[in-house]
Amino acid sequence: MSIDLARFHQAFFDESFERADAMEQALLRLDVQADNGEVIHDIFRAAHSIKGGAATFGFAAVAGFTHHLETLLDSVRSGQRGVDAALVELMLRAADHVRGLLVAARDGGACDEVLGASLQASLQAALNVGPATVAAQAAGPAQATTGWTIRFVPRPDLFRSGNDPLRILRELAELGTLHSELEFADGIPGFGALDAESCYLGWNLRLETLASEIEVRELFAWVEDECELRIEPLAVAAAAVEPVAVVSESATPPAPAHGEDKVVPIGVAAPARPQPQRSAAAALESSIRVSTNKIDGLINLVGELVITQASLSQYAQGLDPLGHERLLSAVQQLEHTTRRLQESVMSTRMLPIDAVFSRFPRMVHDLATKLGKQVRLQTVGEGTELDKSVIERIGDPLTHLLRNAIDHGIESTDDRVAAGKPAQGTVTLRAAHQAGQIVIDIADDGRGLSRARILEKARSNGIAVADNASDADVWNLIFAPGFSTASEVTDVSGRGVGMDVVKRNILSLGGQVELSSTEGQGATVRIRLPLTLAIVDGMSVAVGEDTYIVPLSSVVECLQPTVSQIKRIGVDAMLVAVRSEYLPLLDLHTLFGLPGAGRDAHESILVIVEAEGRKVALQLDELLGQQQVVIKSLEANYRRLPLFSGATILGDGRVALILDIVELVRGAGRAMAA
Amino acid sequence: MSDASHRILAVDDSNSMRQMVAFTLSSAGFDVTEAEDGVVALSMAQTQKFGLVLADVNMPNMDGLSLVRALRGMADYKFTPMLMLTTESTPEKKAEGKAAGATGWIVKPFNPDQLIATIRRVLA
Repeated sequence: MSIDLARFHQAFFDESFERADAMEQALLRLDVQADNGEVIHDIFRAAHSIKGGAATFGFAAVAGFTHHLETLLDSVRSGQRGVDAALVELMLRAADHVRGLLVAARDGGACDEVLGASLQASLQAALNVGPATVAAQAAGPAQATTGWTIRFVPRPDLFRSGNDPLRILRELAELGTLHSELEFADGIPGFGALDAESCYLGWNLRLETLASEIEVRELFAWVEDECELRIEPLAVAAAAVEPVAVVSESATPPAPAHGEDKVVPIGVAAPARPQPQRSAAAALESSIRVSTNKIDGLINLVGELVITQASLSQYAQGLDPLGHERLLSAVQQLEHTTRRLQESVMSTRMLPIDAVFSRFPRMVHDLATKLGKQVRLQTVGEGTELDKSVIERIGDPLTHLLRNAIDHGIESTDDRVAAGKPAQGTVTLRAAHQAGQIVIDIADDGRGLSRARILEKARSNGIAVADNASDADVWNLIFAPGFSTASEVTDVSGRGVGMDVVKRNILSLGGQVELSSTEGQGATVRIRLPLTLAIVDGMSVAVGEDTYIVPLSSVVECLQPTVSQIKRIGVDAMLVAVRSEYLPLLDLHTLFGLPGAGRDAHESILVIVEAEGRKVALQLDELLGQQQVVIKSLEANYRRLPLFSGATILGDGRVALILDIVELVRGAGRAMAA
Repeated sequence: MSDASHRILAVDDSNSMRQMVAFTLSSAGFDVTEAEDGVVALSMAQTQKFGLVLADVNMPNMDGLSLVRALRGMADYKFTPMLMLTTESTPEKKAEGKAAGATGWIVKPFNPDQLIATIRRVLA
């Protein structure tokens, strides 16, 4: 029978990539000065597991290369080799190559063999161990005999290792013809003193077989330290064979997947392997992998349930409470449970943002090294959770912003010291929940944004900017396509295609991005993202006969203006004065082409919304209420509509469109500038 | 329903290895229970009786040797065969295993047929 192991490959690859990541993270934690015992143990275990699995499943290239990394790690672990920066770099590159080999094994491609060979040579060179010694092999003289005489006397406590002498005898019998004779080495005690758990027997055996001594000795491999064992050829041989229980190198399986050169340096005491009861940082949670399709299906169904439940609630409200107590109570219970169900299901897709942050330490390390700068990355709030789909799409923009901060923000070591700053620059990556959104900051303590250079660059690109434009507006110029003030376009970032793409990516997630900076001290990029793309807290409003949803997170306040607060500019632009600010006034009737346009603002309700640091007042008829709303995609169900970010189905079955506040605010800004 | 003698406890923190061992042995007619580390294995061994324990050496929370030591202290498992699955077959490692009370070892990589043959011999 042969078993096909291919079905386990997927699991092996998943695990191995995780382990390779764990290795890299641990390598970055190595501190040349500190005691690295625990960290080295982690790295070793990771390499060891990858190698073992790779060998079992037949991925010889992975197993072979990882073996060399493991050997080096072992020598560090046992104290024979110290940790220095060069070693860490070598191991980081080796870990990368392991990943590359895994990818090649998984996808059937090729991996850079020249690189592999050179890394392998470096790993071996780093070992710095004396000439390898291999444990002696039992070299039996060529047997011209027909079998063996075996004396086998187990120690009394042989049973305690779970071994059974009879099993060994059975296996011997399979090799040929076995004659056995019992021997009572130390005699058998009287019945009262007999210990059932001890072995009092020994055997003198005569085995007629063509098997070699090594094959015979192999059957005793597990018990050789727990017995007296003597094997001699049956026929008298010319040279007397010394009966010594010698370790034979290969254990049971012949032909291992790759040739393992066992290096056993003699004279090195077996390292006292620390066996810590590892206080697992991650609690022992059990989990199962579920495909995201199943989760999405669940979320969809729950969304439908919410809509149906909402319509049921609405209908129930119209009933006479007296006659329908139990029904109303049940409907209320249903609402409560449905809400909890929805929260619960949404949370299955929530992952800590560490999933994205974790790749950055390595990137920062490599980039800083490449640029010859000293940079430290600090992360705060890695446990902050966001929806998986958001996490998947936020990686690229964050990567670009981080590279930007290091490349253009942090100055060279010399410049920093000359400016009285610490030689090492700090980039802080911070994530937190705030008012129903995720806020991610990328802050650096570098040179900050230069207003003058940005204005100059903008103008040379043909963008008209007023000299007294606010700082926020000047920083926003960076997001214009093709913009870059880097004095040289480095290949790291700054080719000018970056920032506008970053902004577009963030906007497409329903998020916003803002810059702030103090020249000479640093800059911060702040990204706001919705917690999830599937539901939104909304304020439902009436415009004429229709209902629209305003995302609650963008609402600043609501008011009914007085006549004196309204100002008309030009032909049809209106402003409203709110405290000391003048805000553009957008009449939604006019904007959406609905009847009722032109009504005086002071007879309407104004909802002031904010996006990208700018505020706009929306004129509408009525505030209807506040509710959590399941977002249905317009593109998927109809087509993309400007000014709307989605739609939902209300309790009464009507469709309400969800306003895209960012677009609205921008549009108002453009109208104002015109 | 198999009696305890054919029930195997397979302990390995690597999902792929564990699944492979479990699949291989159950195809050969054995009843296999999986555990992902020594702690889980120990608690399973307390509620069920196994005829053989197959354990990886390197595992988090409780490694294979500590598991064997702990099991050997339990009356039910004093003489139960316990095999270590290991890539390290140095004399030191073997001595360590023995000192902990292991019956023997199986060196990785192994192929499924070898595993079945070894288990059959031990449990015969």
